Amino acid sequence: MSRYWNEYQKAIADDHYFYERSCIRQTFFPGSEAAFLKILREELGKDICDNPHQHTCTGIGYHSDVVPFETTMTVVARLFSLMKECGHKNYVPSCVTSFGVFTEVMAKWKENPALKEQARQYLWEACKREFEVPENVAHPSDIIYKFRFDLKPKMRFQLVNRFTGKPLRVVEHIGCHYAKIFPEQGVGNAEFPYVLAGMIEAWGGEVIDYPERRHCCGFGFRQYLVQENRGYSIANTKKKFESMEPYEPDFILTNCPGCSMFLDKWQYTIAEMEHKTFDQHGYGIPVLTYEELTGLLLGYDPWSLGLQLHQVQVERLLDKIGIAYNPREKYTGVDGKMLGMPSKPECLMV
Amino acid sequence: MNKFGFQISRPRSINMDLSDDGRREQLLEEVPSYRLCIGCGGCTATCSAGQFTNFNIRRSHTALACNQTEGLAAQLDSCMLCGKCMLVCPRGVNLRGLIIRMRQMLGRV
Repeated sequence: MSRYWNEYQKAIADDHYFYERSCIRQTFFPGSEAAFLKILREELGKDICDNPHQHTCTGIGYHSDVVPFETTMTVVARLFSLMKECGHKNYVPSCVTSFGVFTEVMAKWKENPALKEQARQYLWEACKREFEVPENVAHPSDIIYKFRFDLKPKMRFQLVNRFTGKPLRVVEHIGCHYAKIFPEQGVGNAEFPYVLAGMIEAWGGEVIDYPERRHCCGFGFRQYLVQENRGYSIANTKKKFESMEPYEPDFILTNCPGCSMFLDKWQYTIAEMEHKTFDQHGYGIPVLTYEELTGLLLGYDPWSLGLQLHQVQVERLLDKIGIAYNPREKYTGVDGKMLGMPSKPECLMV
Repeated sequence: MNKFGFQISRPRSINMDLSDDGRREQLLEEVPSYRLCIGCGGCTATCSAGQFTNFNIRRSHTALACNQTEGLAAQLDSCMLCGKCMLVCPRGVNLRGLIIRMRQMLGRV
């Protein structure tokens, strides 16, 4: 058994990472990336470079067919050149789509070295820079997964319902670009997704293996970017929710910026359109990123993690875990001033 | 159209858990040779009615088995019960009997 399971593992670097931020996460889940850097530096004592000159990987444009592959390749080469400047060899893209783009570009360079030389030439002509291919590309969730048992003793909370004493029931979603493009690049491949499940199990929770577990979240780029096509996007998300609903999950744990956003915000849209929520009490199912979950269990303040910006409110989940929070600080900025608040933040159906 | 500018698309996939109302089992019980069907489509290829109407034997019995009955009764009305399909069926399925039974199920007879 272990021999076969070894085929579903991947190499994850131990230390000295170059971090690349996501284009959209800063807006929707603003505390996640800061929490990841804090966890790596302060909890695990790792060296990670957060370079201010980084930029998009072109993922959204590339998968929407508006950015040609040669452009994507050159942009990726520039990001690799930034990593080279920092003196690192282990690349850590915050976004699952970036992770997919990098693995795709590197696979093409490996199959066709002439493409790599072309990228080298384009990059030099564009900005007189040079790059080196990373020795290791790991998604941040891979790193948290790798060190999940090192983090556990530092955690103040576990994924246990304090009212019932039972493990919290968690739906996990790894995202298509994590392991469906290059399955060998994901922990557990696309068949047995384990990167998030491993965290949940290690920290006391129970993973729900529901029928549509491997189904797309509904982002799908082309289905979403044109307004008239969004019916296809939300239909995918609804299919997942209908499939997970009978299992009564306590929350959804996500890997990808797009999946987090859609699984969270489409709940509001479905509630508006069809007057339907997928939990028993009409509040919706909370969605957390793996950094937010790790931060919460480590005892970080929920509002400094940016949980107040989620569409589905998280207080009921925090109560279940036993995490204390100050409701008055929810919409307060770091300077203590009120930032303003939605009129009915806890209600999905307005 | 609502304020979002789009609506939730209806899925085209068939959820067998939700759509199975036992009609397939009933058909198999009442026309036992239907169990031998391999879905080759020979019946459909030779069907005279199918040349001139939207009647399609293979699609019809598959649709009924999946409880996709919208417009199905009207399609079945196109069948002339000539039995040519039975002459070409490599498995000897009683197709005429099958169609008559399907019409009964849909309230046409």
